[in-house]
Formats: sequence, C-alpha cells, structure tokens
Amino acid sequence: MKITVCIGSSCHVKGSRQVVEKLKQLVSEKLLTDKIEFSGTFCMGKCQQGVCVSIDEEVFSVSPETCETFFETEVLKRL
Amino acid sequence: MRKFDTKVQHLKYKVLREVAREAWKGSLMENILDIPKIISPGKTPTMRCCVYKERAILSERVKIAMGGDKDNPNVIEVIDIACDGCPAGGYEVTSSCRGCLAHRCEDVCKRGAISFDNNHVAHIDKSKCVQCGQCAKVCPFFAIVNRKRPCQIACKVKAISIKDDLTAEIDNKKCIQCGACVYQCPFGAITDKSYILNAIELIKNSENNQKYKVYAVVAPSISSQFSYAKLGQVITGLKELGFFTVVEAALGADMVAQLESKELAEKGFLTSSCCPAFVAYVKSAFPALLEHVSHNLSPMAMLAKYIKETDENAKVIFIGPCTAKKAEAQLEEVKPYVDVVLTFEELQALFDSRDIDITSLSEDILDNASYFGRIFARSGGLSDAVAQGLKEQNIDFDLKAVACDGIEECKKALLLKSKNMLDGNFIEGMACVGGCIGGAGCLTHGQKDKAEVDKYGREAFEKTIGDAVSILNKK
Repeated sequence: MKITVCIGSSCHVKGSRQVVEKLKQLVSEKLLTDKIEFSGTFCMGKCQQGVCVSIDEEVFSVSPETCETFFETEVLKRL
Repeated sequence: MRKFDTKVQHLKYKVLREVAREAWKGSLMENILDIPKIISPGKTPTMRCCVYKERAILSERVKIAMGGDKDNPNVIEVIDIACDGCPAGGYEVTSSCRGCLAHRCEDVCKRGAISFDNNHVAHIDKSKCVQCGQCAKVCPFFAIVNRKRPCQIACKVKAISIKDDLTAEIDNKKCIQCGACVYQCPFGAITDKSYILNAIELIKNSENNQKYKVYAVVAPSISSQFSYAKLGQVITGLKELGFFTVVEAALGADMVAQLESKELAEKGFLTSSCCPAFVAYVKSAFPALLEHVSHNLSPMAMLAKYIKETDENAKVIFIGPCTAKKAEAQLEEVKPYVDVVLTFEELQALFDSRDIDITSLSEDILDNASYFGRIFARSGGLSDAVAQGLKEQNIDFDLKAVACDGIEECKKALLLKSKNMLDGNFIEGMACVGGCIGGAGCLTHGQKDKAEVDKYGREAFEKTIGDAVSILNKK
C-alpha cells in the first residue's frame, strides 16, 4: 500500500509534518513497515481540504488530531 | 509603486512583456517585426539619436528575449550596436583645472607624468602614467577624473575588454555570468539571454498541468521583491500563469545545509557550491581549489531533483534573482532537473503579458522551508545555516566560516587559501554583494532587502533545518 502525504505549503502549515510523523509511528508500532510505503508530494489540488493524504489513488482529509482515527478506519481496513 | 531600479531594466522588461504577450497568443512569428515600433513609436527619439537606431537596438533586444545567439555559449551577451563605446582613457584632466600655482598634482606624481601648458593647465602623459590616482586625490578642484567604463568597473573578474571598434567584448573563459555588467551598463548594451519563451511553451503544452505538471521553484530572495504586493499574491499570480504549484527553493537550501555541514566535518575544509557564479569563478581562476568545492548540488538543483524523483511527470521552472543560474541549468549534472530558469524581472514581464495585476489577487501560501533555508538569500546566511546544521546533528566541529560578500571578497579568500594562509575552514562564496538579494535579475535593490529576508525567515513555519527536511524523508 502506498500512502502519500501532501507536503506543499498549504498542507505543511496545517501540520503535514506531524501527520507524517504520527503515521510512521503507528505503522512501525503495528509492525507494518514492510507493507506500507510512504511518499510525499507538493500538491494534490485540494488545498482547502488539507492535510491531504492519499491511499493509492483515493484522497482523504487528515489533521494531526484525526490521524489515529484515519489510520484505524482507513489504513488498517485496506490491508 | 516602483517596479524597477533603472530605465534600462524597464526597457528590457517592456521587450520581454511584448514578446511574451505574442507568445501566449501564438502569434509571435507573425507580429515579431512590429514589437520595436510598439515600444518606440512616433518620430521623436527618446533614448538614442533617432527612432531608427532605437528600433534597430530593440530588434536585437527581441532576439535576446527569444534566447539570443545560439552559437554563443554564454548566457550574457553584448548588443554591439547598443554599446556607446564609453570613454575608457583612465586618468584625465578636465576643464575644472584652473591652472593654479600649487601644482600638488605634479608634486605627488612619482612618474613625472604631469606637465603644464602656457595657460598653466595640467596635462597627463599617458605613456608615463601608471593609473595610481594620486593626482586626482590631491587636486583641490577635483579636476582630475578616472574615465573607466561602467561595465569594466562592474566586472571584478576582468572579463570585459574593448574591441577595435570600441564596443565591449566578453571573454567567455573568464565570465562567471554574475550579471554585474548587465545591471551596471547605463546603455543596457550587455544583457542576459531570456528563456521566457521556453517557460511559456512548457506551461502551454502542459494543457493545464494535465500532460505533465509545471512546478515553480522560487528563490527566497523573492521576499525583497514585488514589494508593491504581498508575497501570497505573487504565489496566486504564479498559479494564474499556469503553474501547478509553487515550492520554496529554500527547502533545497535546508537540504544543502544539512548535507554540507556533514561534508565539512568529514573533509575539514570546504567552500560552498550554492552560487553558480562563485563555482564558475573557482573553475576559471582557482582550478587547484576545485576539489574543496562542496559536492552538493545547489539548493535549486537539489530541490528540483527531489521534485522529479517524487513526481515523474514534473517539469521545474526556477525563478530567482540570478543570471548565473541560467548557465547552471545548462550543466550536465543540473540539466535533467531544471527545465527553465527565469529572473524576477522576467516574472514581472510574464505577469503583465497576461495582464495579471497581482495586487488584486487573493493571498496564497508559500511555506516549505525553515528560517535557515530562507536566509541563504543574503550574505552570511549560508554560514549561519551550516553552523546550525552542525549543532542540530550534534557534530563536533569547530566552524570558522569566512562569509565572502561579493566576488572580490571571494577572490581574496581563495587567494589566501591557495597559499594556505586562510584563517578559516569554510568559505561561503557569494558573487553578488549582499548575496542573492544583490542579484542582477532582481527588480529592485534596496537598503532594507536584508531585513526583509530575515523577517521572511522568521515567519517560516519550521524553526529548524531538521524539521523542514524531515518531511522529505520517504522511508
């Protein structure tokens, strides 16, 4: 599975670094590092909905606060 | 609201704007011959002896706006017919000489080059004069002047000579493309080739970023530019022009600062590699020191490489204050990453070619880099960033940075290093005085530019290099 986090300006100031850190932490806690690949992008064209995170092609709106819920409801169920 | 420092820049801008206007419409080839007359209409000359000469020079400017002479590898070019062949005779006595009794000029001249005519007026014998300038200093009437060409004064690497027909000539082997002569020539006879058409073509052919995405990578010195509008409006303007997104080159600077501090500690001595004019100068004047130049790509190339690695459909247009970046982008090691280089002057022309009034736009955000990446734009910033890089990575290294402000200071430091007499272990080489904010491609240069950069730096969302760069880590 490929998770892409937008690190463009708009998402960056809404906390994309914290989102990346949190997701990576959750992934390693659940011992999923082999199954999930992370990447960054500078824009997904949905700046209003940032922080934009995509799983394969599907885009989600995530924030540092909703990161954990997103991981449980969207990431884990797709594995 | 002042857009440019000089009327020469304004003229260059008008040519770029008209060329761009036609290029967007796809009618450049049809209307190209009309451009000189649009800029210099009527029968009364405003710049030269007659409108016909004005238009002839404008035709040459149009050529340069379209990429210039393809056979000349240099991105800096002389427009022969625009060169006024300024006097370059060195020390001369002017009509201010009153034929006084004191003759301080004669007394101070160790070469006996000064004599007097029947009216007691001084004359300098050129065959004896060694251009020391002492006579000019002691004359109570300031009657002795040093006639030198502005281009030659500006060119500290001595790449400009005078041809038999009195026009200026650039020695491509010595030229470092810093653009100092471009900015200083009062007749606008030396200019940087423009790749504005390549940029327009790239944007147009992307079909609204569907075929590929066009990224604008913007230099941090932008904080001292477009001062008549807000930076956020410039960003919106870039997107209106058709860029997919805008990223700070300063993020590349953060990457460089982190790597360069490590490289410095490993090697013990290093010079920076960010400024392409400085690197070109080391190559041409101090080839033996080339091994000490950091192996890192410049911030521009570093970030462009990252963008292309994360997005295989990316095209990168760098926008900055620098004419030498145009040459850097042609280097084999940079070519794959940077597609086009534009200056701030050219960006202004692009906005106006599409009648985009950036002051009327809403504000977008530009925030990718840390304080340290952003202050690369001014002299001393790179040294501060390397010091910070060492600190953040807990590298035990006693940094002694020599921040060289302008190519003359670079020359001094490199000369000392070549003789093993330099008191320092890191040379920050910046060819332009003040750093990038002094670049020839800036719209304006002002006293407050450094303060503007520092302010912009402090506004960065990320406070440390490590935090700014951590987000790029793909693992």
